[in-house]
Order: sequence, then C-alpha cells, then structure tokens
Amino acid sequence: MAAPRASRLNIHLQGWLLVLPAVVLLATFTHVPAVETVIDSFFSTPHGKRPAVYIGFDQYRTMLADPVFWLAFRNNLLYALITVPLAIALALLMALWVNGRIKGRAALRLAFFTPTILPMVAAANIWLFFYTPDYGLLNQIIRLFGFESVNWLGSPATALPALMAVTVWKEAGFFMIFFLAALQQVPPVLYEAARMENASSWLVFRRITWPLLMPTTLFVAVNALINAFRVVDQVIAMTGGGPNNATALLLFYIFQVAFSFWDSGYAAALSVVLLSTLAIIAFLQFFLLDRKIHYR
Amino acid sequence: MSSVEVRSVTKAWGETRAVDDVSFSVAKGELVVLLGPSGCGKSTMLRMIAGLDEPTTGMIAIEGRDVAGLTGSARGVAMVFQSYALFPHLTVSDNITFGLSVRGTSKQEMAERLARTAALLDLDKLLRRKPAQLSGGQQQRVALGRALIAKAPVCLLDEPLSNLDAQLRQELRREIRALQQRLGITMIYVTHDQTEAMSMADRVILMRGGRIEQNGRPAELYERPATLFAARFIGGAPMNFLDLDDAPLGAVIAGSTGPALFAGPGRGRVLGLRPEDVAVDSANGRAAFHATVTAVEYLGGEALVSCSLGDRAIQARTRGDGAPPIGTAVGLSWDAAASHVFDAASGERLTIDTGTAATSPQLHTVTNQGQIRA
Ligand SMILES: Nc1ncnc2c1ncn2[C@@H]1O[C@H](COP(=O)(O)OP(=O)(O)OP(=O)(O)O)[C@@H](O)[C@H]1O
Ligand SMILES: [Mg+2]
Repeated sequence: MAAPRASRLNIHLQGWLLVLPAVVLLATFTHVPAVETVIDSFFSTPHGKRPAVYIGFDQYRTMLADPVFWLAFRNNLLYALITVPLAIALALLMALWVNGRIKGRAALRLAFFTPTILPMVAAANIWLFFYTPDYGLLNQIIRLFGFESVNWLGSPATALPALMAVTVWKEAGFFMIFFLAALQQVPPVLYEAARMENASSWLVFRRITWPLLMPTTLFVAVNALINAFRVVDQVIAMTGGGPNNATALLLFYIFQVAFSFWDSGYAAALSVVLLSTLAIIAFLQFFLLDRKIHYR
Repeated sequence: MSSVEVRSVTKAWGETRAVDDVSFSVAKGELVVLLGPSGCGKSTMLRMIAGLDEPTTGMIAIEGRDVAGLTGSARGVAMVFQSYALFPHLTVSDNITFGLSVRGTSKQEMAERLARTAALLDLDKLLRRKPAQLSGGQQQRVALGRALIAKAPVCLLDEPLSNLDAQLRQELRREIRALQQRLGITMIYVTHDQTEAMSMADRVILMRGGRIEQNGRPAELYERPATLFAARFIGGAPMNFLDLDDAPLGAVIAGSTGPALFAGPGRGRVLGLRPEDVAVDSANGRAAFHATVTAVEYLGGEALVSCSLGDRAIQARTRGDGAPPIGTAVGLSWDAAASHVFDAASGERLTIDTGTAATSPQLHTVTNQGQIRA
C-alpha cells in the first residue's frame, strides 16, 4: 500500500525537480522583477540616506506632465505605425518576387535575408555611413541630382524617419521568410484553377494569395508591433535619442531615466507603461490569431 | 465539325516525350475517356487541351478554332482537377461563381446561374459553407459546378473520382454521365481505371507511353483489342495469354495436348482468352482441352477458377455456385470467335480465321457466358 503511494509522490517530486531550474530562472529574471517594478513605481527613488517612501501615483502624475515622455510615446507610436506596414509590404513584395520562377532566385533570397543576420550594431554602422553629412552615400547621391546635402541624423525632421528606414530594411528580410514559407504552402493547382478562368495576376493576388496569407500577415504584424516597442539598440548606436529627443523612443527613454538620471522609481513607472502596452499587443495577438483565420 | 481536334500533338520535357504524336478528335456531346497506366501522358494531354501547357509541336482546335495561346475559358474549356482545387477561403457559392466574377458577370445573372447549377448538383444547402466543411463527394460536386456554370462547350476532368471510396465513385460516375448527356456537353475524362472508362465512355482512347494504343468504343476495345497491351488493360479479370506452337495440323497451345486452333503457324503467336469466355465443363466430356483445377477464387455471384492446361495456367469464370473443387479434372472450351490472336513480338492483333482449322474446338453452348457478359 505504502510503496505505490511513495513512488507516486516520488514521481511528482521528480517532475517538480525537473522543471525547477526553468521555474527558478523564469521567476528570478522575469516574473519577480516585473512585479517588483510595479511595486517600485509606487515608491520614490531612494537617494543616499533617504530611503524609498510610498508616494502612490505620484510617479504617474509626473509622467503625465512630462513632455519628454509624451514625445517618446508619440515617437514610438509613429515608429510602429509607419515601420510595421512598410516592413510587411516590403517583405510581401520580396517574397512574391523570389517565389516566382526567376534566375538567381536563391542568391536573391539570401540577399534579402542578409540584413536580418547582421547584428543591429553592425547594421547601424553601415547606415551611419549612408547617413554621414556631406560625404555619406545618400548625400553623394542626392548631390548628383543637384540637391543640398542633408544632415539626416542631425536634424529633428529627418532623424526619426532615418531610423525607421533602418528598421524596415532590417525587419523586411526576416518577415519575407515567413511570407515565403506561406506562399509555398499554397497549392499550385489553385493558381491553375484561376488560370483556367483567365484571372489577371492582380485579381489572383487580391482574391486568392492575399486572403490565404492573412494568418501569416497577422502573425507578422503582431510580432513587428511588439518589436517596434522594444527598439533601443539602434537609437543608442545611431542618435542617442537626439537631436532634441527627436528619436527618443520609450525603451530608450526608460534606459536614460534609469541609467543616466538614476531615477529608478520613475523608470519603474515608465516600464510599467511599456509593459502594459506590450501586454495589450500580446492579448491582441491571442485574440486575433485564435479567432479562426486559418483556412487549412 | 468536331468539338475537340488534336492533330499530331507532341509534348517533350527535355528528352522525355510525355505525349508523342497524338491525334484524335472528339465529336460534340461525346464523352471520351483517356485511359492508360500511370505516367502514360494522360494528364499532360489534358493540360494541353486546357491550355495550361502548350504543345511542343502539333495543333489543337476547339469548336473548329485553333486555340494556340489561349487558356481555359478563353478557348471554351473548363476543367475539374483531381484534387478539386477549391479555394479554401471562399464559400461554395464564391467558388462556383469565381470564373463568372472574373469576367464581370452581373450580380443578377450570377445568382441565377448559381441557383441553377446548385440545383443541378444538389448543392443548394451547402452554398454558404467553406470547402473544409464538405465531404469529399460534396467537394467533387462543387468542383464540377465550378466547371459547369460557365457553360463552356468542353469540360475536362482529370481523375475526378480517384480520391473517393468505391461506392461513392460508382454513384458519381453515373451522375456525371447523366449530367453530361443531359447538358449535351463534350467531355474528356482522364482515368486509369478501366471499369470507370468502360462504363462511362462513348469512346475510349487507350494510351501507353505517350502514344495512342487504341481508340474506339468500349465494346470494340473489349471485343477486338488491337494489341496485347490493350487486351491486358481492358477487362475485369486479366486475360489469359497462351503461347502457341506449330503442329502438323495448325497452331496449338504450347505445352499442352489439344487440337489445333487454326491452320497456319503458331510459333511466335499468342492466344488471348478472357476468363469469362472460357467454359468449365466438370463432366470432362465433350470439351477438347483437358485441365486440372488448381485454385478457386470465390467472388460471390461468380468464381475465378484457375486451371493448369498442360504446363500452362489458365483462368476461367464460372457461376459462384458452380465452381469445381480444387484438383478436379475438367474440360475447357470456348467459342472460336472469342479467341484473340496476337503477334508475340510486335503485340499486334492478327486477323486469323479461327474457325477454319482442321479440327476446330467443338462449339459449345456456353451456359455461363451470357450471364457474365450482361
Ligand atoms: N513538368 C514536367 N516536367 C518533366 N516531366 C514531366 C512533367 N510533367 C509530366 N512529366 C512526365 O511526363 C510523363 C507523363 O506524365 P502525366 O502526368 O501526363 O502522366 P499521367 O498519365 O497523367 O499519369 P497518372 O495516371 O499517374 O496521373 C511522365 O513520365 C512524367 O514524368
Ligand atoms: Mg495524371
């Protein structure tokens, strides 16, 4: 009697022991800090001998009145709303292109995918060279056409769009792979059925390819959106948030507040806002992706 | 004027010739079956008629018009694909009306035609479903509806029933045939199932290795197979092939004792006999050929009796309850007119008067023959 129960207990124990390392890691580095961040956001930042004191929603009130926060938030929103559709459109175009029967298809695929393999800092360096005032590649080209040289990263009007271009360039190749996989899942006989009716290629795209790619598009869109709110490395590498906070994005601002201004309480409150934004997107993902948009 | 005319069409993929100098024509309202083993070029031929592939050489005319460079609906051809090729994200009605919508047909006309087609195929209740919510047979009907709604004069079907179970296949076979006759459309139907071909077709075109082996009515293919290949391919139970040999009085079955079958040489020739044409005479009386039963395959209404005739094997069909037990000595006989003689080397059918041999096999009133043929 006792022996089987003991061994069953043993099995449960074994199970828990097996997941323990993962649970510990996940908890220490993800869940506990997240909860602590929420708690910290209700306390003041400790300074020297002054310990943190509970101040309720004071940090959030500060945030509402903080123009830099609003600027970062607006920048980030713009950043997401512009880079996500652009990257998706470009990815789709490239996928459609390299999915066709063309010469050098493998080389083209690789070329499109290369930006994804590059580390962000390396990519940033390449683009820094493109954007360099006066002798940068981009300026050399526009001067050929008789335009004035532009300080792409140095003027508030062009700095954010310049960063967006890098993101689109880097993400599109990655998303292309998803679209390419999805395109290759479409049975060729469907296109033959459409050919029998002499449907134009635009009509075939609009009525067959695009709807069949919808699940992939949604998946990619949600991931792109999440990525857009997590961008920080290229801001640090290329502009440092400048000029005049024109390229400050949420995560970069948090980084600045936490490690340049050492205002950990305020950084915690900002983090909570960012986390909530990401959580909303994640829920959106579950909601949208689980609503059967799958045909097969 | 023929509905479809194929003139010396060849399709080559590099070295291989999937279709090799094929010519045939299909009359208006005719159902022609392209029959043949896997890889013989049936689909390739059909795709060229559809315009999905262009022939390497040769010409295809539809309704009297050279259709080179035109595809599908533009050449008056609709097609049902083996895997149905239904658009998974569109409802049944959108699938059926896809072609019409491409051509900008008015909403009203589209609705009318859809209603008529749906009624024809018994799809009224399924119009709002997606293909994934349909059974295989229903998907098949939708594919058929999509092909029929445009009223193209020619309808092509590539093994449309091969994904369905036997019973449904039989049902749909009859339905498609009835529909084709009622609507008077020209149909070219690809299959590798000879039963399907024989039961549906006005005419069967038997293909082999990219060429036409025989082109004729089902009864012609059955009664007068032009080649060994055709004889082997057509018919329920496989035909018996017996090598012939020379004998003083004419050709005899090699390795057996029996009377001569016909005057003339026998070596290098093959006698073909359908099991249903061979009568088993248990009494071992009047029959000219003596054999021993080696196996009996009981099939219900009938039985397939394997016998050894000398050192050769031969199969005969009997009534299910009339099969002799294994080991019995039996007499075999057949109607002289039922024997087919082929040249062993070329496989060609030889026209030989099998009735004029010095001692022809006795003519029996074969009791079971009529029933099996029916
Ligand atoms: N796109 C292609 N490229 C090269 N060879 C091909 C191509 N399509 C068909 N073939 C070859 O042509 C021959 C005929 O093929 P086809 O598909 O017409 O056969 P089939 O009679 O329809 O056979 P099945 O009954 O198996 O469908 C085959 O040997 C096949 O390998
Ligand atoms: Mg085929």
